[in-house]
Amino acid sequence: MAKPKIVKFRFPESLEEMPLGPSAAAGILTEPNSGWRVQRPVLDHSKCSGCLLCWVLCPEGVIDKSKGDLEIDMNYCKGCGLCAHECPKKAIQMIREGEDEQ
Amino acid sequence: MNNNPKDGNLDFLNGDEAVAYGARLCRPQVIAVYPITPQTIVVEKISEFVANNEMTCEYIHVESEHSAMCAAMGASLVGARAFTATSSQGLAYMHEMLHYVSGSRFPIVMMNANRTLAAPWNIFGDQRDSLSQRDTGWIQAYVENGQEALDMIIQAYAIAEDDRVYTPVMVNLDGFVNTHTFELVHIPAQEEVDAFLPPFKSRNAVDFHHPRSFCMTASTEWNMEFRYQQQEAMDRARGVIAEVDKGFGDRFGRYYGGMVEEIRCEDAEVVLVGMGSVVGTSRIVVDRLREKGFKVGLVKLRFYRPFPREYFKGLSRRVKAMGVIDRDISFGYEGAVASDIKSALAGAGAVPKVINFIAGIAGRDITKENIEGMYDKLFNFARGKDEKEMQFIGLRW
Repeated sequence: MAKPKIVKFRFPESLEEMPLGPSAAAGILTEPNSGWRVQRPVLDHSKCSGCLLCWVLCPEGVIDKSKGDLEIDMNYCKGCGLCAHECPKKAIQMIREGEDEQ
Repeated sequence: MNNNPKDGNLDFLNGDEAVAYGARLCRPQVIAVYPITPQTIVVEKISEFVANNEMTCEYIHVESEHSAMCAAMGASLVGARAFTATSSQGLAYMHEMLHYVSGSRFPIVMMNANRTLAAPWNIFGDQRDSLSQRDTGWIQAYVENGQEALDMIIQAYAIAEDDRVYTPVMVNLDGFVNTHTFELVHIPAQEEVDAFLPPFKSRNAVDFHHPRSFCMTASTEWNMEFRYQQQEAMDRARGVIAEVDKGFGDRFGRYYGGMVEEIRCEDAEVVLVGMGSVVGTSRIVVDRLREKGFKVGLVKLRFYRPFPREYFKGLSRRVKAMGVIDRDISFGYEGAVASDIKSALAGAGAVPKVINFIAGIAGRDITKENIEGMYDKLFNFARGKDEKEMQFIGLRW
């Protein structure tokens, strides 16, 4: 995945360790940036034709094509369902969080 | 003056021009300003410097004061020394960004031409504009004349950029009385200012190799600690202000006293406290009254934030009555400076009597006779005569 992975953030342990004004190293993720997702996309690789329409359309840019098979970064996916709606092969299914895939 | 270039030049300048020269000598890399009376000459003079290649900087013409402060903040964020200037309505319009800059600890320097706030509309001077910004986390300095304005811009960067402070500084000049009055002003030599004020090396800047996020959210669990840091920086600034004043005086020969200057207070029975141009007029009155044998003194309050609490505690033990001239009023109570002085005195034990004089609103003259009258009232008050604790001076009726 091209996006930063979750890393353990070391919080300041004293006033001396506080930054000068509210600032911190950029490009890190300390917790999933998708905690409010209601539905998650599940990609059926057997149906995917690799047309990359979902990769183009995803407003969060969470679909990674660098490994050949598409991969969705669930630390960032907000569950909007745009990919499932637009997929010409109906290869993406939206599943309610907490429920199992069929 | 001799012809040694290290001595600089003597020129006949108004306060705004003096500020522009002060800013030029500090070599800011970015200046973002929007013109407003009575600050406009600062903007014009700096743009003249830039057009004539007498000054190298990115000069940004912005569409508003809010944008001016945003642009200055962006510049400071990449490690540039940034300058801006405004007045009155413009300062009020900047209000949101004043908090952003101080909270993010960007050591920007701003000149403010003190002018009253509408309505009723008026372009003349009082200090209601800057005193309304008291709690924005900016260091506030008030100057008496053009020379001090120029010198204070240079000192302001030295204070703001000090490692112990990293807090923005607002240098206030009384509108018209200071900004448009011409005097002989000594312009220090560039090399001397360079030696006093080295280039800004921000320890709070973005850097391509070590990218950082700025101005971000600090949750309830962490926010208060940032505020505590701001307060600590302000507390440390008192000492830094004194150090910078000393360093500046040693190099340029002009000392201003740091947080306050005392004028003939040594054995004074009554003292007046003032900020800005009124101090100049009051000096003359004090000298006159001293010649007649009256034990009067004058305190020039140079910094409003941080506030010299301990100084006023000490002063209160030496005098019988104290008058505070406020060119502002907090409607429903009294002048802001008087409130703060009284608050400092509350912890001092034996407290002298204090009268708050509200004067010079919207550019109304504070005459020598007005000031003599204030001293009269202070003597009467000290001797037990009833005086109103807060009174308007120079009212039409």
